[in-house]
Amino acid sequence: MTAVDGVSFEVERGEIVGIVGESGSGKTMTALSILRLVPEPGRITNGRILFEEQDVVQMTDEEIREFRGNDVAMIFQDPMTSLNPVLRIGFQVEEAMAAHRRFSRRQAMERVVPLLQRVRIPAAAQRVRDYPHQFSGGMRQRAMIAMGVSNQPSLLIADEPTTALDVTVQASIIELTRELSRELRASVILITHNMALIASLCQRVIVMYAGRIVEQGPTRAIFKNPQHPYTWSLLRSMPRIDEQTHEKLISIKGLPPDLGKLPAGCKFHPRCRFRIDRCLTEEPTLDEVDPGQLARCWVLMKNVADPEAAR
Amino acid sequence: MTAQATAADDPALRKALVRVEDVVKYFPVGGGLFGRAVVHAVDGVSLTIQPGETLGLVGESGCGKSTLGRVIVQLLTATSGHVYFKDVDLTRVRGEKLRRTRQQIQMIFQDPYASLNPRMTVGDIVAEPLRNFRVARAREAERRVQEVMRVVGLNPNFVNRYPHEFSGGQRQRIGIARALVLNPTFIVADEPVSALDVSIQAQIVNLMEDLQDKFDLTFLFIAHDLSVVRHMSDRIAVMYLGKIVELGPSDSIRDKPLHPYTKVLESSVPVPDPDLEAARKPILLKGEIPSPVNPPSACRFHTRCPIAQKICSEVEPPLEMKENGRFAACHFPGKL
Repeated sequence: MTAVDGVSFEVERGEIVGIVGESGSGKTMTALSILRLVPEPGRITNGRILFEEQDVVQMTDEEIREFRGNDVAMIFQDPMTSLNPVLRIGFQVEEAMAAHRRFSRRQAMERVVPLLQRVRIPAAAQRVRDYPHQFSGGMRQRAMIAMGVSNQPSLLIADEPTTALDVTVQASIIELTRELSRELRASVILITHNMALIASLCQRVIVMYAGRIVEQGPTRAIFKNPQHPYTWSLLRSMPRIDEQTHEKLISIKGLPPDLGKLPAGCKFHPRCRFRIDRCLTEEPTLDEVDPGQLARCWVLMKNVADPEAAR
Repeated sequence: MTAQATAADDPALRKALVRVEDVVKYFPVGGGLFGRAVVHAVDGVSLTIQPGETLGLVGESGCGKSTLGRVIVQLLTATSGHVYFKDVDLTRVRGEKLRRTRQQIQMIFQDPYASLNPRMTVGDIVAEPLRNFRVARAREAERRVQEVMRVVGLNPNFVNRYPHEFSGGQRQRIGIARALVLNPTFIVADEPVSALDVSIQAQIVNLMEDLQDKFDLTFLFIAHDLSVVRHMSDRIAVMYLGKIVELGPSDSIRDKPLHPYTKVLESSVPVPDPDLEAARKPILLKGEIPSPVNPPSACRFHTRCPIAQKICSEVEPPLEMKENGRFAACHFPGKL
């Protein structure tokens, strides 16, 4: 089974890039590949992942360890599964630093409380002695972020970091991510199913479907002028809090694809309301449709006269 | 404003289908020596639901919205208070009358994986209410099951399949078919779309709207996602720590929230538009949500409210009408 197929993209220093897609789109596998953390028996069969000048795929075990600890940090959806329930929060943050040797044990100890303060954990000096279960979901995610940025990484990968959190907590985590990216000049890859979060945080967006990139480009261009029917439909399928008139949502018929039996041609064609005959047999290539904007589609939304009429 | 004008303009005072009166639900916690601690999950909620409307119930995790929904359908027994359905007090009535009334009330659950028995076929799951209420015999039940399956967009030939053979969206359709099979008038939907993929959410939202038109249904739509609640609802009730803090027409709540908590919620929800997002300034709340075991005195939001005054920690603001059809429990409505 091919979970991720021929995905290529770049992230500039300090840039925040969003990868958006539904379950099975390959967005999480793409992120895990960057860290070479693809779960067994999965593996990277082809391709290169260049971090600065180094190919992650070719790194030795020692090199990958250094890379994961010092250069990249990953933040997961459920912080409880990444925190050790029987160790105090402060100790775990300290360990994250000590394990990767950028800081001495002593420096690490001294940095714990300021780090927890930086991610706005209230009464951080006392709460370093708490265990994870004494923290709320939002505070656990803050503690995870503190661990993630403790070694001053240049790349932060956040996989659905706010999906399990309440919306008021989500807002503060997103603000925090934005600030830290700026302070550390770190790049961020945000993986999410939520288009609105992308609009809020990311400069560039990558839309994935069935293990492929179907569209990518500057956030503004993608939201104002989506060219792939999947992106176009996704943006119209979710209710907006600012909607003024009550209109039926545009739903995408059918189901997200089963990676075990992908259709021939364009992988989105069975669900696409704009397909032409060519889509059934020939898979489109990812081509530039506007400066910096790429789409994988034979039709392209700019060639559809009245897309709303096809609803 | 005269009393009559108020009554005429206020939909809450017209003929209600469901009337919730001062409902309280406490759960005991712990069980130590002095096992007296209770979670104040729902703490004195009153509201009405009009025939044919969708009332949205929104709030963050732990606010008591699901508990309230379960008390209304009588899956949980209220600690005190009353729930009237067409003037029948569900908290008092027993026996045959309760059975007949309950037939008209159904529930759709959040998790289409946990709420369907994996050992039953889809046909049996959908037919179960018919059997429980002994309203249809074999042949007729079969016909009715196929009919509702078609209505919710499921292939009626799948009656002999098991839930695991279906996707999340299809399972939610099975849950909806089961809720519809008795021809109910009132459905409580508790987070019916939040476990589903984005493209599937729209299918289920559209289906629920179609069904409402077709069968004249009344919905209580419970969700944490304000965007979905707004889209679905005619009126919205906002809950915080076991109490309703604001209640009113969906559009006017969007245009001008009265309670500071509603305003904070609205400001926190991102919009899929980069230009609007660049301008949006979320109001960030200080601190954490207080424990429902020990809720703050007076106004429960005062510990986190950006505009709280001394009075807010001393006098509890009642949920009262501030404008036509708009209720808020706040000493300073519309001031944030």
